[in-house]
Order: sequence, then C-alpha cells, then structure tokens
Amino acid sequence: MSILVLADLHEGQLAGATAHVIAAAQQIGGDIDVLVAGEGVQAAADAAAKLDGVSKVRVADNAVYAHQLAEPMGALLVELADGYTHVLASASTTGKNVLPRLAALKDVSQLSDVIAVDSADTFKRPIYAGNAIATVKSDDALKVITIRSTGFDAVGEGSSAPIEAVDAVVENSQSSFVKEELAASDRPELGGAKVVISGGRGMGNGENFKLLDGIADKLGAAIGASRAAVDAGFVPNDMQVGQTGKIVAPELYIAVGISGAIQHLAGMKDSKVIVAINKDDEAPIFQVADYGLVGDLFEILPELESKL
Amino acid sequence: MKVLVAVKRVIDYNVKIRVKADHSDVDLTNVKMAMNPFCEIAVEEAVRLKEKGVATEVVAVTVGPKAAQEQLRTALALGADRAIHIETDERAESLAVAKLLAKVVEEEQPGLVVLGKQAIDTDNNQTGQMLAALSGLPQGTFASEVAVNGDKVNVTREIDGGLQTIALTLPAIVTTDLRLNEPRYAKLPDIMKAKKKPLDVKTPADYGIEVASKVSLMKVESPAERKGGVKVASVDELIDKLKNEAKVL
Ligand SMILES: Cc1cc2nc3c(=O)[nH]c(=O)nc-3n(C[C@H](O)[C@H](O)[C@H](O)COP(=O)(O)OP(=O)(O)OC[C@H]3O[C@@H](n4cnc5c(N)ncnc54)[C@H](O)[C@@H]3O)c2cc1C
Ligand SMILES: Nc1ncnc2c1ncn2[C@@H]1O[C@H](COP(=O)(O)O)[C@@H](O)[C@H]1O
Repeated sequence: MSILVLADLHEGQLAGATAHVIAAAQQIGGDIDVLVAGEGVQAAADAAAKLDGVSKVRVADNAVYAHQLAEPMGALLVELADGYTHVLASASTTGKNVLPRLAALKDVSQLSDVIAVDSADTFKRPIYAGNAIATVKSDDALKVITIRSTGFDAVGEGSSAPIEAVDAVVENSQSSFVKEELAASDRPELGGAKVVISGGRGMGNGENFKLLDGIADKLGAAIGASRAAVDAGFVPNDMQVGQTGKIVAPELYIAVGISGAIQHLAGMKDSKVIVAINKDDEAPIFQVADYGLVGDLFEILPELESKL
Repeated sequence: MKVLVAVKRVIDYNVKIRVKADHSDVDLTNVKMAMNPFCEIAVEEAVRLKEKGVATEVVAVTVGPKAAQEQLRTALALGADRAIHIETDERAESLAVAKLLAKVVEEEQPGLVVLGKQAIDTDNNQTGQMLAALSGLPQGTFASEVAVNGDKVNVTREIDGGLQTIALTLPAIVTTDLRLNEPRYAKLPDIMKAKKKPLDVKTPADYGIEVASKVSLMKVESPAERKGGVKVASVDELIDKLKNEAKVL
C-alpha cells in the first residue's frame, strides 16, 4: 500500500487537520507521502515533515497553486497519483473541492467524510446527516477518500521525513483568485478546539454573541453558531456547526439558545460532553445533552462567566 | 445563455430516518420525499438569472427512478422551461450522475450548470466537482454569491476560514451553499402550467453510461445513541458537575 495525503493549508501554514488524516492513513497501512501544494509553502512542508508516520513530503511550490484553486490542484493530483493505492485529504472545504476532480479523472468513486478504517478497502462514513453510519467497500484500483478529522486522533510530531520538490507544473487559464475575506480570530480553530461554545437564534443578535466571549476566554474555547444565527447575520459563515457547516467533537460543547435540529446535531453530537442552555425545556437539544440547564440565557451566561 | 440545473429526489430534510432491521440500508418505505434543499437553491438561482435577463432558458435534469419526475415538475413550477429525466432504478452514485450530466452538458451546451453542493441523503458533496472535471470546465463550489458578467462569472465561496471570491471563464459549473438565495414557493397556477411543460425521458443507455459502481454498501447501522436528558437546576450545579463528574473543567 502506498498513500498520498494532500496537506491542508490555512493561510499558507499547515492546518491541524493534516495530522488527523495521517492517522487515518496509518490505519490503512503502507508508505505515507504528503503533498504540500501552494505558493510559498516551505514552512508548511517543514511542519509536515515533522509529523509521525510520514515517509516523504512532496512540495509543489508555484504561483499556479496559490489559494489551492480546484483546477490546477486537481490536475496536479492526477499527475502525481500514479503508483499510489490511496489518495487522502481532510474533508475541509479544500479537500472537498479538489478530491472529486481527481476521482472523476481517474474514473473512480470518492468516499466522503470517512470516520473509521475497517481495512484498506472498507470504511465507515456517516450518511443522512449522521443518522446512519454506512460501511462501504471500494473495489476501485485507486481509493480517493476525504477524512473527517474528528474520527481520528492526530499523530504526534517527532519525525524528520525527507522533503522533495515536485517538478510537475500545470497550467490554469480557467479560474483566477479575486479576493478572500478571512475571519480573524485569536481563538482556537473550531475544528481543533477542546471546548466549543455555540450560540443560536436565541442569542437574538450579533451584539449578544459578546456574552459568549468572556466564557470562551476563560475556557480557551472556540465560538460556533447554528445556521439560523449565521443566516440572520449575527456571525460569519465560518462559524456554522452542522451537517453543512463544520463538524466538531470537542471535550466540551456548550449549546446556547440552540434548539437542536438534526442538521445541527450532525455537527456536534460526537462531542464528549454536551451542555445545553435553553429556555424551552422541551427543546430537542436536551435529548443529547449530558447536562441541560433550562432558563434564560441572558441571565445564565453572565452568572456562568462570573463563576467560572 | 442556457442554464442547466441538476436536481435530486431525496428524503425530506425534516424526516428522521430509520435503519432497516437487517442493516442493509435505511428504510425509505412511505417516507416523505422532496427536492434536495441545495437543489431548490440551484433552481432558484437559475430562475433569477432568467428573470434578470442573463439566462435565456433554464433546463432541469435529474437521474433517478420514475418518481423523480415529481421533483422535475417542481422545478418546472418554480420557473424552469423544460426538463430531462434520465430514468434508472439503480442507485446512481455521484460518479455515474456526473458522467450522465457531462453527456447532457455536451448535448445542451449550457453557459452555466448549477448543482447543489451536497445531497442530504449520501452527504457526498462530489457531483459538481466531478462534472467539472469530466467536462473540462472550471468550478465554483459552495457558492453564496454568483455574478455573471460578460464571458466570466464571479463566484463567492463559503470556505472554512471565511469567504473566497474567484473568477471563472464561462461555461462553468457552480454548486450552491445555503446562503446563496432563499427559494420561492411554487404557486398553484404555476404548478398547473408545469404539467404542460416539456419533459424528456431518457435512459443511461441512451448516453452509453453504466450506472453500476465499484463501491458496495456492506452495512448500515444507527450511530451510537447518546444518553442525554439530564437536567441541572442551577449554574452552580452545572459547574460542579462539569468539574467533578465529567471532569472537563
Ligand atoms: C439542507 C439543510 C442544511 C442545514 N444545515 C445546518 C447546519 O449545518 N447547521 C445548523 O445549525 N443548522 C442547519 N440547518 C438548519 C436547521 O434545520 C435549523 O433550522 C437550525 O439549526 C436552527 O437554529 P437554532 O437552533 O439556532 O434556531 P431555532 O430552532 O429557532 O432555536 C432557537 C432556540 O433558542 C431558544 N431561545 C430563544 N431565546 C432564548 C433565551 N433568551 N434563552 C434561552 N434560550 C432561548 C429557543 O427556545 C429555541 O430552542 C440546515 C437546514 C437545511 C434544510
Ligand atoms: N441523481 C441525481 N440527479 C440529478 N442531480 C444529482 C443527482 N445526484 C446528485 N445530483 C446533483 O449533485 C449535487 C450534489 O450531490 P452529491 O455530490 O451527491 O452530494 C446535488 O445537489 C444535485 O444538484
């Protein structure tokens, strides 16, 4: 077995998800190469080389891969995929954007959001917003897979794998980067945070999300939101947790003013401990909460902050 | 410019599914079915482009069983001009759907193809990207804004870190995210009119495509149940439990 892992980047740096994908690759078994593609990504390649289990890091550092646009990234993967039995990426917006192109051009299926490895060809993945778990077996010659980070513990770092440059350069005249508005935050990344506190429509407006700040500061938490809160414009889209937003599985998840629709639960029900704060004692969120507190969030949040 | 929209018949998003007792699949007997929510957004976007005078014709296409014609009729009621049904009773995976759509793209030569970002049954999030690759067209996935100008389209994408805007040459493939628009409801007179709009029925064989996939579904299980439902009476009790029982503080 020989596996190629596409590294996830965040603003040019290696994103935390990659260490989880490598853990999944280790369960499949075999040599694990990591592809770092982008512009000015030497630091990311150095970081990838330190991850345990990596045999080799391949770096494609070229302006054509800047912002990891789908067309050149897909073409690069097609060039490099020969000789590998598996190509893996995290189920991030980049992995989801790029990997299906590779699969289609290789005439193979893609397995999305894999949460467990049964064997080199059999995997588990959630379907129907996580309300069922499918075990699927792929007889394709090349297995193209996106990995849900929360399903695998990150590998450590203590290695120093060799780094080699990839010469293949593809062209792209079909798509170009215009701009990016990235949310700046000093808080931990939603996907990797040990504690997440999320607000829903019950927060009332964006200003009230400040009520979560003090608690998040004390707990070192990331702040998330329901789709209703994002749609209402309280907070930006990158904070959405759920079936179609981010999937999180922290040690502690605190849902505030969130009713608990299946689409929201899909994104957080694998959290170790769930706390729900809601004024409606019949809100479905209480059915999954380890600790439910019924009451008005505008009274509870300040008290919680002062007592933590 | 012609706009092609791909719609999928899926379980209604409000329904909680059940796994079959023999674990072979989920049980869809007598379950309410509907158009995939992301496809509703795709239809809405196409219809708006027509209302703005950017699109001249909107063609809806689906791959699926006979009953999927209901979703095509919905698309027609919402404003699509005609529909193509590629009929199959086999479980068509994203790759097979993308291959079929690529054939339709070849035949119809649309300026823009709009798909949902994800079908809420398989949660695959692949078909648009695969279609783009097979057709050799650029893709703008997870779109929250689509602006056609001249021979280009600017697509604003919902990415993990925030928003990204890219420019694509036309023809192009776009997949919709939730905030692209808010779909309208079909009005009764439009539902009546939709019954008379043209709907072509084809088969995968007409396009020379095999629907069978090399991925087999071995087993379907319910996820681990959570034992929730415990209530605490006060903030003090909550903090105490988190510290001393759950040990997460
Ligand atoms: C295709 C599709 C995909 C979706 N994907 C997602 C997704 O990824 N993530 C997601 O979250 N949703 C998603 N949704 C939406 C989902 O169905 C729900 O509409 C949404 O999660 C509801 O958000 P909410 O709980 O914040 O709002 P509501 O359901 O309106 O709940 C608000 C809650 O706040 C409580 N509340 C109000 N005031 C107070 C107060 N003062 N104190 C305490 N509690 C209070 C209320 O009792 C209520 O329970 C999706 C929907 C569709 C169709
Ligand atoms: N059987 C199908 N018929 C028509 N369109 C489909 C079909 N399956 C998927 N699609 C399109 O592809 C999108 C993404 O689906 P998927 O990649 O399967 O999650 C859907 O929202 C549809 O627009």
